[in-house]
Amino acid sequence: MEVNSIENGIVIDHIKAGQGLKILSHLGIDTRTDTVALIMNAASGKIGRKDIIKLENMLDVDITALGLLDCGATVNYIERGKLARKVKLALPEIVVDVIRCKNPRCVTSAEPGLEHIFLLVDPKTQEYRCEYCDEIVRV
Amino acid sequence: MDELKALTGRNLLEPGDFSEAEMDALFDLADRIQQAPERYAGAARGRVLAALFFEPSTRTRLSFETAMLRLGGQTVGFSEAQSSSAAKGESIADTVRTVGCYSDITVIRHPKEGSCRVAAMHSDVPVVNAGDGGHHHPTQTLTDLLTIRREKGRIDRLRVGLCGDLKFGRTVHSLIKALSVHEGIEFVLISPEELRAPAYVIRMIEAGGCVCTETRSMSDVIGSLDILYMTRVQKERFFNEEDYIRLKDSYILDGQKMGQAQEGMIVMHPLPRVNEIASEVDADPRAVYFKQARNGMYVRMALIMGLLGIGEPEALDRQMQEARG
Repeated sequence: MEVNSIENGIVIDHIKAGQGLKILSHLGIDTRTDTVALIMNAASGKIGRKDIIKLENMLDVDITALGLLDCGATVNYIERGKLARKVKLALPEIVVDVIRCKNPRCVTSAEPGLEHIFLLVDPKTQEYRCEYCDEIVRV
Repeated sequence: MDELKALTGRNLLEPGDFSEAEMDALFDLADRIQQAPERYAGAARGRVLAALFFEPSTRTRLSFETAMLRLGGQTVGFSEAQSSSAAKGESIADTVRTVGCYSDITVIRHPKEGSCRVAAMHSDVPVVNAGDGGHHHPTQTLTDLLTIRREKGRIDRLRVGLCGDLKFGRTVHSLIKALSVHEGIEFVLISPEELRAPAYVIRMIEAGGCVCTETRSMSDVIGSLDILYMTRVQKERFFNEEDYIRLKDSYILDGQKMGQAQEGMIVMHPLPRVNEIASEVDADPRAVYFKQARNGMYVRMALIMGLLGIGEPEALDRQMQEARG
């Protein structure tokens, strides 16, 4: 299967097979107007099977929380057909409005308009702590 | 004194908000106030404390109000959510923003965990957490630490047993956080399986490098403790009454168990108690929970002075003389 390389945009590579749709959905890309390629279950020497996302003419995409969905993926910024920058995703130190606190006694379950803020406790255990009630969640 | 000045305008949301040195300065001030309360009788004259209690309280609310009155200040507030605009659906953010327009300091108790952090985000005046659900109760911790300092002469190298509801017991969570930064503290956590301390509390102990043992049996460990901190199984934290009834009498400290304890062990309790300490224990000199309640008022007086930036009375006298010219 062939998908043309892009001139300007972003290629998210080495996505764990099956995670591509979730990442695409999280990025909030408008698939009616934006030029997007989602390749699923491509062969990968590194991880066996992988998904790839190509976003044409889009460089200003917030990738902060992507590490939560797949911290093994890489983000390649392409400018004028060349690799301008490569970012290895990692778990973000702070996550806003991605994880929701499951503690029924947490203030986020009652106070309107409150952001759900989680802080990274330990990258090894992939645990986050709710900024308000200290509830610990593993992502 | 610099440590006290550094508290001006700050919030107290959890015990980690103040350094050890700042807490020591507060305890020193509490000692000075208790030795000569009349010297501080006008320290907060003209200042107003708002006590917003969305949950019932006896000791915390009354000790805050009494503390402010004894400093010559005044208090406003409510003692249940139903008598505030929360009953109409007002948010915490809007309530504290409004109350901050009337008062110099806001003390808040709320059933939701993290509610005081939300309050602090929206308040122009210092916010004090007087208990947020099962999360933290830092002014009880100040009370507890002052009591330990007075009764044991130190806040380090102690074997501390915490018994009862360690899951929802906010006083326990805050005390563990505060003690875990002190050297040589050994925690013995005594609770039924269902009321074990939450994961984040165990993390705090590990992060502090303290030794921690968990057990279901009070009798097995009481003889080795320097401090036994009893807690009530809190009916209001249970979603299911059956669970409460099953667990409420898990531990009862009585004269027979006190017979197994060391001569120097002290028994603490944040109060109110229901039946986890038999009344026969009250007469034992090792039972310090009513002294603890008294200490709470003095340390809250010190806290109010610290957060409002009120100096020692000599400095106040000088300022007034200078103002008169």
